[in-house]
Amino acid sequence: MIRKILKNTYLSLILLFTYVPILVMVFLSFNASKSRVNFTGFSLKWYQQMLSDRNIVSALQNTILIALLSSIIAVIIGTMAAVAISNMPKKKRTIYLGITNIPMLNADVATGISLMLCFIILGKVIPFFSSLSFWTVLIAHITFNIPYVILSVLPKMKGASRLEYQAARDLGATSSQAFFKVVLPEIMPGIVSGFMLAVTMSLDDFIITHFTRGAGINTISTLVYAQVKRGLNPSLYALSSVMFVIVLIILLITNFVSNRNEGN
Amino acid sequence: MNGKLRNRLIATPYTIWMIGFIVIPLIFVVYYAFTNDSNAFTVENVISFFNPIHLKSFIQAFKLALISTIICIILAYPIALIFRNSKTKKSSFVVYVFILPMWMNGLLRIYAWLTLIEKRGVINLILTSLGLPSINIVNTEIAIILGMVYDFLPFMILPLYNSLMKIKDETLNGARDLGANELQVFTKVIFPLSIPGMVSGITMVFIPALTTVAISYMLGGGLFLLIGNVIEQEFLTTANWHLGSGLSFVLIIFIFIVMGITNNFTDKDEEVNII
Repeated sequence: MIRKILKNTYLSLILLFTYVPILVMVFLSFNASKSRVNFTGFSLKWYQQMLSDRNIVSALQNTILIALLSSIIAVIIGTMAAVAISNMPKKKRTIYLGITNIPMLNADVATGISLMLCFIILGKVIPFFSSLSFWTVLIAHITFNIPYVILSVLPKMKGASRLEYQAARDLGATSSQAFFKVVLPEIMPGIVSGFMLAVTMSLDDFIITHFTRGAGINTISTLVYAQVKRGLNPSLYALSSVMFVIVLIILLITNFVSNRNEGN
Repeated sequence: MNGKLRNRLIATPYTIWMIGFIVIPLIFVVYYAFTNDSNAFTVENVISFFNPIHLKSFIQAFKLALISTIICIILAYPIALIFRNSKTKKSSFVVYVFILPMWMNGLLRIYAWLTLIEKRGVINLILTSLGLPSINIVNTEIAIILGMVYDFLPFMILPLYNSLMKIKDETLNGARDLGANELQVFTKVIFPLSIPGMVSGITMVFIPALTTVAISYMLGGGLFLLIGNVIEQEFLTTANWHLGSGLSFVLIIFIFIVMGITNNFTDKDEEVNII
């Protein structure tokens, strides 16, 4: 009995610790004053203003566009890579996996500066890179997202055994039919979780974007960083609260659907 | 088309990407680290990591990251144990609860802590209204540790939870049948089997904490320059890429040594199952 109370108290405290800053932000998004200390009354004005603030709207567009585009491209390149890697001889595979691990293990700040140097030096030769831009951020995000996709898909390739692929081929399927009709459905869960991981990492990234972004290109993270010194525009709280609620709803729905599928 | 050729073809996009955006950038870092403005070879940039100023920011970062990692282990272990024992069918619930906050912008969440710990912040408001003395931790090392623990705690809970979930009940019952008491079951069975998870948790907390830029900047009020902040300044403020690359080079070597050591303790074929 006492043990149970202790357990629940501890869990509640950790959950409080995890969610208190989020509650604070939601609370401040309804604050009439711009101060982050004084609550001067309930107001919806930050919600009205958030969609008329050009900086915030463009940061939001960039954040979502970069997250989705980089994750989709990372899924395509990463899934192809995972299929190829699973068929590689051991030595070659070790080299590929070793290099794939680098962006995951390395400090973000080191990945960020290495890509920045790379883009600027390439810019002297290739006009496309002549200045840091939206596209350099996108390339950077694809680069750190691909490893998450590969490492999510690769374990599923072990399950989707060669035998099934071979059986499909023996039964007259072309190699592409065998891939799309047999292997792909089998590794789909890995692809989906790789995609979700990639989106999460991309949305949450600050430092790599910070180093690779062009002038005037902001994501929500870099916008927050730039505003810290003079105080944040409370519309950012409003925006984050909206995003949080949207994600919460999506997760609840997917959880509900997957629970029901398990039930059947 | 034979299988080998096809395989090479499927790998091509990634091969190009990997060389172009992982390998070559690192080569550029090494090149800049070992040259000066006139492109002559020098070891000065690399050695300057051990200058008192730079070494101090590294040691301070190391200290704060180490303390945060230890606190994360202490806080996360009971959580992972409770969730393992609770046997809820919805194990994904655990993951959702701790992943969900990550979808709210990380910098904003750190910033929200400022509101809580400021001199006239929420926590002090509550403390003074209860007649307790107020705390003054904003712009101190404690605030930075708080931010690190807050930001990286999920990365300790999830791998620990995963490794504890792999322990079968039969194993624990076996130990009990053989006469082990609850403490012995923990120290001799559960704890050793949780080490791989703990070690991957340690690397997932320690390295990001060691190299953070945003947490020290936001909660330290610009008073603390950790190694990540120094590198950021060399690139974006003083534009001394050679020095910045030299510092990064040593930092990268350090990280890979740490990884090489911890790699011996982790599960070799662990899946990435954060979601």
